[in-house]
Amino acid sequence: MKTFEIQNIKDTRSGFGEGLHELGKQNERVVALCADLIGSLKMDAFIKDNPNRFFQVGIAEANMMGVAAGLTIGGHIPFTGTFANFSTGRVYDQIRQSIAYSNKNVKICASHAGLTLGEDGATHQILEDIGLMKMLPNMVVINPCDFNQTKAATMAIADYEGPVYLRFGRPAVPNFTPVDQNFEIGKALMLNEGTDVSIFATGHLVWKAIEAGHILAEKGINAEIINIHTIKPLDATAILASVAKTGCAVTAEEHQMNGGLGDSICQLLALNNPTPLEMVAVNDSFGESGTPDQLMEKYGLTADAIVEKALKAIARKK
Amino acid sequence: MANIEQLQAISSQMRRDVLRMVHAVKSGHPGGSLGCADFLAALYFHIMKHNPSFDMDAKEEDVFFLSNGHISPVFYSALARSGYFEVSELSTFRKLNSRLQGHPATAEHLPGIRMASGSLGQGVSVAAGAALAKKLNGDTNLVYVLMGDGEIQEGQNWEAFMFATHHKVDNLIVTIDFNGQQIDGSTQKVMGIGADIEDKMKAFGWKVLHMDGHNFESILATMEEAKNATGKGQPIFIMMKTEMGYPVDFMMGSHKWHGVSPNDAELANALSQLPETLGDY
Repeated sequence: MKTFEIQNIKDTRSGFGEGLHELGKQNERVVALCADLIGSLKMDAFIKDNPNRFFQVGIAEANMMGVAAGLTIGGHIPFTGTFANFSTGRVYDQIRQSIAYSNKNVKICASHAGLTLGEDGATHQILEDIGLMKMLPNMVVINPCDFNQTKAATMAIADYEGPVYLRFGRPAVPNFTPVDQNFEIGKALMLNEGTDVSIFATGHLVWKAIEAGHILAEKGINAEIINIHTIKPLDATAILASVAKTGCAVTAEEHQMNGGLGDSICQLLALNNPTPLEMVAVNDSFGESGTPDQLMEKYGLTADAIVEKALKAIARKK
Repeated sequence: MANIEQLQAISSQMRRDVLRMVHAVKSGHPGGSLGCADFLAALYFHIMKHNPSFDMDAKEEDVFFLSNGHISPVFYSALARSGYFEVSELSTFRKLNSRLQGHPATAEHLPGIRMASGSLGQGVSVAAGAALAKKLNGDTNLVYVLMGDGEIQEGQNWEAFMFATHHKVDNLIVTIDFNGQQIDGSTQKVMGIGADIEDKMKAFGWKVLHMDGHNFESILATMEEAKNATGKGQPIFIMMKTEMGYPVDFMMGSHKWHGVSPNDAELANALSQLPETLGDY
């Protein structure tokens, strides 16, 4: 099992903030909007350097999505910033009609996704956002795993023409992917080649999948670990090639089972190569208040849970 | 630029288009379409600087957004009659594989449509964004919106009204079709939007004007006044009094014709009240 050096512990939202700041210098067309959460989204540096290209919309997310859609007419590339809950569920119809159906070049940037938002509790911990967004035609859905990757993804989506949902989070987590990496939308990243089980992870669960890989290695199991940072379009080629080799799969994500990454991979495999698959995800439940670590433990989104599911998947192989 | 006599001829033809379109597919929204025909004729044939060769980014031209997308028949007629596409294409309205969807859409790339609408309450936000884009681009042309009066019940409008004032979006002219009717009855009965809309809008920081949506002198003079009021730090809101179904005698004075198509006899009766001026499609 390959080892990955932790460069530092950082929040993915700061990767977004740094990527946006960099974009502000490089691309005149980039503009940003925020619904009263500048500090939480780490947008300060962009705003300081580009006050004329920033629009504070206040606590009015529906309007923010419409204004962003309108800003594209004339060639701008709007990045909206608020929590994942208010970036999706609260404004679904605005996104559906004015952004997705109208195919506008808006980048919906969503922080504090999932359980790791922590103490604020279930009202703010959206676990349905990937499903909501991936169901919309034209929408690209990206969930990077660490600071460096979130920064790279933020910059990459400006070069892609069309609506994008970029999901990241609040807590400081291991930053281990390369600095200044080239982010390719829709391209799964092989982290560890293996033969016994394929672990497909996204977002904060990628690092936990690596931890699980080490535990499995101690048990003599050679896990293949793949970072699926883009949930839509899904890298079907990489996923099918991996399960063709390993014969079973585990998916891991900070999201509901319904509608998430695991759901997408189940569909892919059922249609192309039915394979034993186990899911590490929240099982049809809302979250609650607690520290991020407590919540990940209680809802079963841990390295140990990935190990347990991997063993189960392997046992199901014929 | 069409004069008033020409505008009258154009709007009569547009109304014929509307009625024939909804009759052909036995669906669509004739009431509000008829009521807004004069305004859209004036907008596309006199008021706006626009280019029918159509560029999505609308650089160096005025932009129009239809927020109450259900009056798509009159929008399509205005676009076709002003050269965005062939008038013969109006016959495809609401049919399979048509670019003329039930509600306006960009997905089929119909020239003249820059944003889908139909789910109500989104047009003012979009227009405010497009108006800000014009400012960023140093483009001094204007952004126009037409919205329904029942539509103002959608909360997003009020977010957009606040936003446009706060950000001094003073290159934006919103016209509300004040016909007093919505699907379930009069707006005052369904959900009192208030006789005091003017006071509400003023309290939100908008400059408010009034016009008679069935009088071209009033439309042209008011829109000229609105243009002259742009660039002064305030967005502009025009309360346009119209009659749903105007001027077809049996369609006026009720909400009944909001979303109902005429039968053969009703169509013949309605068309007999509207001179064919530019040739039916």
